[in-house]
Amino acid sequence: MNIHEYQTKDLFRHYKIPVPEGRMAHSANKALTAAEQLGGEGWVVKAQIHAGGRGKAGGVLLAKELDEVREHAEKLIGSQLVTKQTGEQGRMVNRVLVEQMQDIKAEYYLGLVINRANQRITLIASAAGGMDIEEVAAKSPDKVINEVVDPAVGLQDFQCRKVAASIGLSGKQINMAARIMKRLYRCFRDKDALMAEINPLVITGDGQFLALDAKMSFDGNALFRQPEIADQRDFDEEDPKEVEASGHDLNYIALDGSVGCIVNGAGLAMATMDAISLYGGRPANFLDVGGGASPEKIANAFRIVLEDPNVKVLMLNIYAGINRCDWIAEGIVKAVSDLEVNVPIVVRLAGTNLEEGRKILADSGLQYIHADRLSDAAEKSVKALAGGAA
Amino acid sequence: MSILVNKDSKVIFQGFTGQHATFHAQEAIRMGTQVVGGVTPGKGGQTHIERPVFDTVKDAVEQTGADVSVVFVPPAFTADAVMEAIDGGIKVIVVITDGVPVQDMVRVKRYLIGHDTIIVGPNTAGVITPEACKVGIMPAHIYVPGRIGVVSRSGTLNYEAVEQMSELGLGISTSISIGGDPVNGCDFLTLMKQFAEDDETDAVLMIGEIGGSQEVEAATWARDHMDKPLIGFIAGATAPPGRTMGHAGAIISGEDDTAQAKMKRLAELDVHVVQNAAEIGRTVQQSLEREECVA
Repeated sequence: MNIHEYQTKDLFRHYKIPVPEGRMAHSANKALTAAEQLGGEGWVVKAQIHAGGRGKAGGVLLAKELDEVREHAEKLIGSQLVTKQTGEQGRMVNRVLVEQMQDIKAEYYLGLVINRANQRITLIASAAGGMDIEEVAAKSPDKVINEVVDPAVGLQDFQCRKVAASIGLSGKQINMAARIMKRLYRCFRDKDALMAEINPLVITGDGQFLALDAKMSFDGNALFRQPEIADQRDFDEEDPKEVEASGHDLNYIALDGSVGCIVNGAGLAMATMDAISLYGGRPANFLDVGGGASPEKIANAFRIVLEDPNVKVLMLNIYAGINRCDWIAEGIVKAVSDLEVNVPIVVRLAGTNLEEGRKILADSGLQYIHADRLSDAAEKSVKALAGGAA
Repeated sequence: MSILVNKDSKVIFQGFTGQHATFHAQEAIRMGTQVVGGVTPGKGGQTHIERPVFDTVKDAVEQTGADVSVVFVPPAFTADAVMEAIDGGIKVIVVITDGVPVQDMVRVKRYLIGHDTIIVGPNTAGVITPEACKVGIMPAHIYVPGRIGVVSRSGTLNYEAVEQMSELGLGISTSISIGGDPVNGCDFLTLMKQFAEDDETDAVLMIGEIGGSQEVEAATWARDHMDKPLIGFIAGATAPPGRTMGHAGAIISGEDDTAQAKMKRLAELDVHVVQNAAEIGRTVQQSLEREECVA
């Protein structure tokens, strides 16, 4: 789960990680008031969306005059901001963060991740601040310092000093930077984060460190014990259909093809999408109904997939382990009677209670295309798309 | 021999008296698994499905000689239950629970160091040695005994592959789903090493997915150390970058994470790569025939 930059900076303040003075604003007028209250001789107006690459996309604007703050906010709020991480349609900007402009002497990168290779929290730092760290790591890996944290003892001071020295800091700066690393680690550990990034961490003209940008994402599996993080979830940043699907305990991701998919299990769901594509079709979505799917859950899955106007064929591929084919079949019959289904349905059932499931479908008089195997199901779906089989 | 579990394994269930644990313990017993009891703190001394309930894993191990545990406790308490099993001397811990916080697993993995225990999961369908021992939630009847070892992330894609193989008369020595989380109890490499040593396994099928580098690590080791055919599939060729595809670990974070890149690497490492999930069974069969010709 992601939160906005202004929310991350509030969290940083709580952990005494230095951040610029700033105010969040929902309107151009509020942005102007924010700048007046902040004072100073220049301001930065930053679009608040859950996607990186805002700077290059025109989502971070500098203002020398108060009027400019209002103009920039006016321009950003209500616009669709397209960055390299948002996709073509971009993201709606609902709010901006107004901060005092800073006098920057040097920029660094500081981050924490859970490294999948060593399965531990790992501190990442670089003197190449303000740049895409993955690009830096790919082009010049020697410029990226990794320090692995032993979970038994946590991040140690000496590790922080070692990292600070490795990115070229010296004198007092080493202890100052080490303190920030330690605090960022505490925040990361306390809040069940998966990723924290300060890019750039800057040194200002008067020699102070500041987290100029701030980004964190959190473990969705840990939200049960992180209520104050869960409260900061911004549903406007998520696809409303994905939010609705998750409310029914369905895992749905919209794609741009025309074969709607309802599958159980994430691995089988991906493999099914891949098979459709190998037979010349394109999947309209990823949908995992999970284990123990009730007839109601299957009916909800139908509704969500069919709301997508691009769907021309609907394919079900269920390999029932803890699921039951009879419940799945009941769900299909219920969905078809409740909804207006105008596209061909391809059904492949296998596993627990298969015969009962097939009987329910046969007795219902439902029009559908039967498939025995995964290959069948994928091939018949693509044929049905072309109007070849029904 | 099979790997991890066999007919001599003595199995306990943690969270024994819960609904799901009860059902799957009964299914395991029906297949002939030696379920010797279970643990539910506070219910020690009771009897459940004709087997003793213990307050602690320590008690269960001392009184039953259990060496395998299946964990069904809720996510908030899973890490504690797994560490209790490690401390109690359990050798194979299968964690069915879905939704365990990642940092909990980071701590569990640290605690595991120095202990002779293998953790499978969390978020796994479990482990099965057909007609000998079932410690998981998979439908037992599709697993026919045979000589192919299977390791997968996904549960249902594992069932799919196993059915394709059984239609061709190919049975299973042991099948393991390691689960879809980014920090797993055990990885493909650990299991590959066990299959390489197993006299009853002639070939290994590895079913991976986008994200991480486990499949490539296991295949690299197998090329240098394993004298058995390795067949590989990677799910997620059509997955968009940056999205979590159901499994928390199934996410394309960089170019090396894509299905295409991983399949290319596997092919370079002499793995028999399956492009289409519908062809898994046939590819396993062909790779066996090819090896016989060479021999």
